[in-house]
Amino acid sequence: MLKTYSEFWYRFKKDKLAVAGSIIVISLFMLSFLAPLIAPYDPTAIDARHVLTPPGTEHWFGTDDLGRDVFSRVLFGARISLKVGFFSVGISALIGIMIGALAGYYGAWIDTIIMRFVDTMLCFPTFFLIIALIALFEPSIWIIMIVIGATSWMGVARLVRAEILSLKQREFILAARAAGAGDLRIIFSHILPNALAPVLVYATLGVAAAILIESSLSFLGIGVQPPTPSWGNILTLGKDNIEIAWWLSLFPGLAILITVLGYNLLGEGIRDSLDPRLR
Amino acid sequence: MFNYLIKRLVAMIPMLIGITMISFLVIHIAPGSPADLLVQMNPKASPEAKVRLRAYYGLDKPLHMQYLYWLKQIAVFDFGRSFSPDGRKVADKILERMPVTVLINVLSLLLIFTIALPIGVLSSVHQRSLFDKFSTVFVFLGFAWPSFWLALLLMMLFGVTLGWLPISGLKSYNHDSLSLIAQALDYAKHLILPVLVSAFGGIAGMSRYVRSSMLEVIRQDYIRTARAKGLTESAVMYRHALRNALLPVITLLGLSVPGLIGGSVIFETIFSIPGMGQLFWQSAMSRDYPVIMGMLVIGAILTLIGNILADISYAMADPRIRVK
Repeated sequence: MLKTYSEFWYRFKKDKLAVAGSIIVISLFMLSFLAPLIAPYDPTAIDARHVLTPPGTEHWFGTDDLGRDVFSRVLFGARISLKVGFFSVGISALIGIMIGALAGYYGAWIDTIIMRFVDTMLCFPTFFLIIALIALFEPSIWIIMIVIGATSWMGVARLVRAEILSLKQREFILAARAAGAGDLRIIFSHILPNALAPVLVYATLGVAAAILIESSLSFLGIGVQPPTPSWGNILTLGKDNIEIAWWLSLFPGLAILITVLGYNLLGEGIRDSLDPRLR
Repeated sequence: MFNYLIKRLVAMIPMLIGITMISFLVIHIAPGSPADLLVQMNPKASPEAKVRLRAYYGLDKPLHMQYLYWLKQIAVFDFGRSFSPDGRKVADKILERMPVTVLINVLSLLLIFTIALPIGVLSSVHQRSLFDKFSTVFVFLGFAWPSFWLALLLMMLFGVTLGWLPISGLKSYNHDSLSLIAQALDYAKHLILPVLVSAFGGIAGMSRYVRSSMLEVIRQDYIRTARAKGLTESAVMYRHALRNALLPVITLLGLSVPGLIGGSVIFETIFSIPGMGQLFWQSAMSRDYPVIMGMLVIGAILTLIGNILADISYAMADPRIRVK
């Protein structure tokens, strides 16, 4: 499949969409790290004299119903979505890799039970499961990340299982076993490194999906809670003030769109460069 | 075919049990007992009501007994009574909400097909053309566009700025005084935006899927054979390639059911449509456990049925599956 990294880079650099995706993702990283330096205002500072000001030279993206600067809030919102994206994907990848490896490596009845469980989990409308779980706890950013992670690991599990099934009969694994390597050593140092590429693609696309879910939850009011800024909860204010303040609905939405687009382009770019036959 | 059907139906049984187990566990990992919550939520609930509830769920028994007890109840479609003040039967509450949600989802599936199919086919037949490039951009935007944001923008444009379409509910306040045709039109006007929003992401996904499925089929030997025997290009594409490329779409249809049901929470909440999504949202917000559990089970069973129907239609369309 993949011969060398230089071959991968050669293809990746020629893929205009993938390069565009990387630029978006890198810029987002920089913006979130530099947010305190760039933001012209404190994102939570209330200013009763400038409530719902339209965009202008003083407030580039206008202000919200409490007079907070929307540009600063959108900027700080990038940090939240970055955090949620990475932590939820980390959790789901961890669960998925463990469960997939267990099923694929041991096979037999363990595999049957685990895969039936995965199929069953996939039957539930994800949003129902997420909302039910969050409703049971007090909404906080950690609960959101855990719940998103706990309801989105099934794809990774299937992927890792399939990779392991195809790898475990290969000669280098048999050689490792003949050399006396134990199960754990075979799984972690011989099989998983070879199965990592597809997981990486899946994880990149997963960050996009997690950001979409977080923003939907925050929009509905059970995600990130104000005054912490999140793109979703700024959009809630946009809906509340739909007839008077279009800027509250426009800018955070654009931010989500560009971010999700960036991760999707990057993920698809990595996949295509790993295996050009899929194009 | 009959044997295949039986096999699929039997395979459903462990899944059904799994579905009920997960739904049960989701509620029971929550801190505090549902019975205490009923009292908290509804101060009018008498001590007798609490005792009755504990008896209904068998909360004094160990967890596995509780589960078996609940399973026995839902086997006869008895999901208990809602915690909300009306105290109605959960099954009734869910059933009366189902038609709206199903209607919107069926309409949006139809819309997805009528738009995505031509896009996918044309962009694969004319691969790398200008049209293909445009549709690729559209697909990427469609994947990334948050559906609730689309809803918000459409509400702003058609509801507030232009004032053409209503932005909430299913019917106008004067609905009952209208003639039959006007009533139908009124419903239609209320449904346009929700259907558009729920179809949008699907259009992107489906056209992408049709395109890659077509590209896959075009490479097959039988397409070369069809070309070699001198068929016109359009006959090769539309009679030989397209029909084979559409087979996997049936599976995709089955797989899209949970997303559609789950997605209904978002657009039904935004547009205040009294469907299953809104009921689920309201029940989750008021921690109405019997309704949440019932809806988790029913939502998952609907998905299961969707998958089975997709498998069966696939087997009817493609004889190779039945033999395996």
